[in-house]
Amino acid sequence: MMASSDVLAVQTRGLTKRYRRVTALRGASITVPEGRISALIGPNGAGKTTLLRLLAGLARPGSGDVEVLGGRPAQHPSFLANVGFLAQEIPLYRRFTVGEHVAAGAHLNSRWDGAYVRQRLASLDIPLGQRVGALSGGQRAQLALSLTLAKRPRLLLLDEPVAALDPLARRHFLAQLAEAVADGGLTVVLSSHLLADLEQTCDHLILLAAASVQLCGDIDTLLAEHQVLIGPRKDTTAIERDHTLVHAVRTARQTTLLIRRSGPVIDPAFEAADVGLEELVLGYMSQPAGPRPGRLTTIGEQQ
Amino acid sequence: MINFRLDGRSVVPTYLQIVQQVRQALRMGVLDVGDKLPTVREVVAATAVNPNTVLKAYRDLEREGLVEPRAGHGTFVVGRPSGPPPGTHARLARSLAQWVHGAREAGLDDESIESLLRITLRAAAEEETA
Repeated sequence: MMASSDVLAVQTRGLTKRYRRVTALRGASITVPEGRISALIGPNGAGKTTLLRLLAGLARPGSGDVEVLGGRPAQHPSFLANVGFLAQEIPLYRRFTVGEHVAAGAHLNSRWDGAYVRQRLASLDIPLGQRVGALSGGQRAQLALSLTLAKRPRLLLLDEPVAALDPLARRHFLAQLAEAVADGGLTVVLSSHLLADLEQTCDHLILLAAASVQLCGDIDTLLAEHQVLIGPRKDTTAIERDHTLVHAVRTARQTTLLIRRSGPVIDPAFEAADVGLEELVLGYMSQPAGPRPGRLTTIGEQQ
Repeated sequence: MINFRLDGRSVVPTYLQIVQQVRQALRMGVLDVGDKLPTVREVVAATAVNPNTVLKAYRDLEREGLVEPRAGHGTFVVGRPSGPPPGTHARLARSLAQWVHGAREAGLDDESIESLLRITLRAAAEEETA
């Protein structure tokens, strides 16, 4: 049985990666506790793939530290046995059958749960004799996930796994993922440029924009630490002094503030409302680009 | 066995939706003492909801004294929420449905019905405290 854990599956400090002149990731500090399903959210080009590749050991950091399952990511069998990585382009061979992929997986991996993958594929109605080229997009994604899970990884990194799937296939894919986490011993980080698809499946959030981490933490904690204030158009210097202003919309008559609270808000002119996840993410994304203050990047997590 | 309907668009957090649906099922008599709740794995496979969310809901229900986990067997109903006996809600729901039908026939839309209900509840509360 899985349980919330304080042990970290992933921890990075000041992680930076440059490709030629482009900074793909700047000073990224994140933590993901074990047993979580973390949504890595950000617009295209924000650095999501770069971060996943650094965690998978497929790229080396320019500077900063990265620790995955207590060690440094590397293209080494002892590391790779524990980490599953599913790239955006699903690595399947169209001319080979499902069964041939299963046999290859058994051959290539030191730890391989053949019974698990066969039972999964049966429950998904994916016949072993079928050629991969004849499967639907949803079935191919399910097959790739089943094959990756058969390695029994402790950390699963998925790059935009549901982007190409229709709503039903997306739901089945996420259900299979959540079920694997419910079995215990697995942490997942999956990227998407859309949050709505993942909202119910994930309990942890990493928000990237313009190569920088904007937010990272437990979703419930993040929501509890933020608040929307709605009031008349007036000077908000006092509120901005006591709390951290994330985003403000000011019209001729009204002021709407998204703040990270440092204690209760005492201003009778403003009505306080709880913030939803989508509102929170959009608030941070519509900020001017650049790294957030250090303490903001680790809300709800131990340093 | 209870089947959860979980709405990601709702302002009510998902774990609270699970808690509320179990409580409601107990009030309506759909669930009773001794019944088994679906396992975390079953809920997750059917809804794609995060397993920690289901665990959190079950822990809340346990704290309220409504359910109890039995190692290796699952989570079982051990109590009912305080309030009227089961069946009361179902009976009142039927008469309310009749009333709503009447209100619609009289030309009230949902918004007017909701606001009428709020006003009546407030008036009743003031009457009680008076």
